[in-house]
Amino acid sequence: MFSRVYRTVITVPPLLWVSVFLIVPYLLMFCYGFWSVSPARVIVHSWSLENYHQLLRVDVYWQTLLRSIWIAARVTLFSLFLGYPLAYFLSFRAGARKDLLYQLVIIPLWVSYLVRAYAWMTILGSSGVLNTLLHYAHLTSQPLDFLLYSPFAVVLTLTHIYTPFTFLPIYASLEHIPRNLVEASHDLGASPVQTFWRVILPLSIPGVLAGATFAFVLSLGDFLAPLLLGGPSGIMISNIVVSLFGAAYNWPLGAAISFCMLILVVTLLFFSERLEKRWSFS
Amino acid sequence: MLTKEQSESAASRTLSPATLLDIRKVAKTFGKSVVLRDISLRVAEGEFLTILGESGSGKTTLLRIIAGFESATSGEVWMKGERLDPLPAYKRRVNTVFQHYALFPHLTVEQNVGYGLRVEKQTEAEISARVEQALARVKMTVHAKAKPSKISGGQQQRVALARALVKRPQLLLLDEPLSALDANLRRQMQVELKFLQREVGIAFVFVTHDQEEAMVMSDRIALLRMGEMEQVASPREIYSRPATAYTAQFIGHTNLLRTVVQGGTVRCNSLSWPAPIPDGPALLSLRPENIRVAGSSGSQDAVRLRGQLRHRAFHGSTELLQIECTDGLSFAVRAPARSNWQSELEFEFDPADAVPVRESAERT
Repeated sequence: MFSRVYRTVITVPPLLWVSVFLIVPYLLMFCYGFWSVSPARVIVHSWSLENYHQLLRVDVYWQTLLRSIWIAARVTLFSLFLGYPLAYFLSFRAGARKDLLYQLVIIPLWVSYLVRAYAWMTILGSSGVLNTLLHYAHLTSQPLDFLLYSPFAVVLTLTHIYTPFTFLPIYASLEHIPRNLVEASHDLGASPVQTFWRVILPLSIPGVLAGATFAFVLSLGDFLAPLLLGGPSGIMISNIVVSLFGAAYNWPLGAAISFCMLILVVTLLFFSERLEKRWSFS
Repeated sequence: MLTKEQSESAASRTLSPATLLDIRKVAKTFGKSVVLRDISLRVAEGEFLTILGESGSGKTTLLRIIAGFESATSGEVWMKGERLDPLPAYKRRVNTVFQHYALFPHLTVEQNVGYGLRVEKQTEAEISARVEQALARVKMTVHAKAKPSKISGGQQQRVALARALVKRPQLLLLDEPLSALDANLRRQMQVELKFLQREVGIAFVFVTHDQEEAMVMSDRIALLRMGEMEQVASPREIYSRPATAYTAQFIGHTNLLRTVVQGGTVRCNSLSWPAPIPDGPALLSLRPENIRVAGSSGSQDAVRLRGQLRHRAFHGSTELLQIECTDGLSFAVRAPARSNWQSELEFEFDPADAVPVRESAERT
């Protein structure tokens, strides 16, 4: 068995890491949420629920939070609708091309997030690829301005960026399904469509839940896509947090909003984990 | 309980065994490797046919072609005058019991058994009645609400059987269904399966690599070797009249004697005996249990052989002796177990028990 010294040596660094870089910052954030900023722009260590109250009272905060949730929900939905068929095709239909296609899905993850976001700017801009094409095809007389600097652009870009994250767990769970179950289903008279609904989909639920959680959590906290492509109407909660910690210099309010988001995400992770457990059979 | 259809087919079996499944010149290649070569086989209604072969003999591929999971490169499969091979698996009235049962892990035992009825849109009343009946038949009623992961391998096996039989197929395919069970349970299930098959009267095509299992259960055995049909016959016939050297060795234990026949006399080293075999070299199979201690039968034309006891293996009621004769011939002899053997022994066998067999093609 391992000696005490050995166990101490291997467990202390990660514990230290987690406490210094995770637990302490979160505790600090939690405390900041109750403090306030004096008119002289000094952080006052007086305890109150004023920040949380403000979050509910000031329209822009709760509206932006709701909009962020709505954007994240749409991104989740779209990336599931793109990621699931893709994963299904790769796992069940691609045959020998499977590995190549898998790499093709993964490669975008190697490209910097910024590059991909900027790519959408050049596509969606008023003199971008899409508007130019539409113009030359005489489909539009003037550039469509809802394409860029809108929630639409944010949802589109985030869907593009996070679809591989939903694809991966779904693909993994589909690959996990023993193929003789599919054969057994056909053997018992179920058509491929019936087999999908009755066997394949139920058995891939854990992957769907994991993928949906990834897409939702990651896009809920995203701040670059709304910053670059969102415009005033596409602002998300993270942009507000960033400005509160920066130019607005209201760390306590920023911390309170962050803490609310943290609670939201942790709750979500908790329930998605429980659901995943309920749907896994091994 | 038998359905009308099943009892009719059981009745017609006793009169004339009508052909149910007809496999015509089926071949299968995967890339360059030939898995099945020109296989023709007929299965009669109500028959228990075993496809026996070593791993890599193509037996599972043949079963998968019948089930529809694999398509033949050439040849046809017919069932009751209907061509089967162009149909997808889910349109064939054939059901399979898979090697590892393939029960749906997200469904209960009951839902697993009802699956095949639910997809064909039977009424819920019909489904629950038939599921209940099927579960009762395999004695799994008490586990109806359990998930497959909560029951033992033997129980999963029963559920898999019930799930296939509840569909009332004309033909049931079984792909090494007992291979994952331990020896005792396996022997018990062999008997139960055979009993069940008689009861439902459906034809079973059973795949196994276990020759003993094949002998115990089958009406006929189809022995496959390297994708070719070696012999199709009843267990008794295949054992007592093996067509080839491979069959003789694979089914049971045998002594293969290389002999030369001339004018009705067989010569094998220093031994010789008369036999109605055409002139020329001949390969004879002589079962170890057909050699006995000399003088024990009093038969006049028995062939006698004398040799040294080299090795003995105790098998309970019998033991297997390895006898080496002075002329270099070596024989395996199965004799009733006894505590002491002399080192020099004399044995005899009846010439009729040395059966001519065809040379089997060399393994590649």
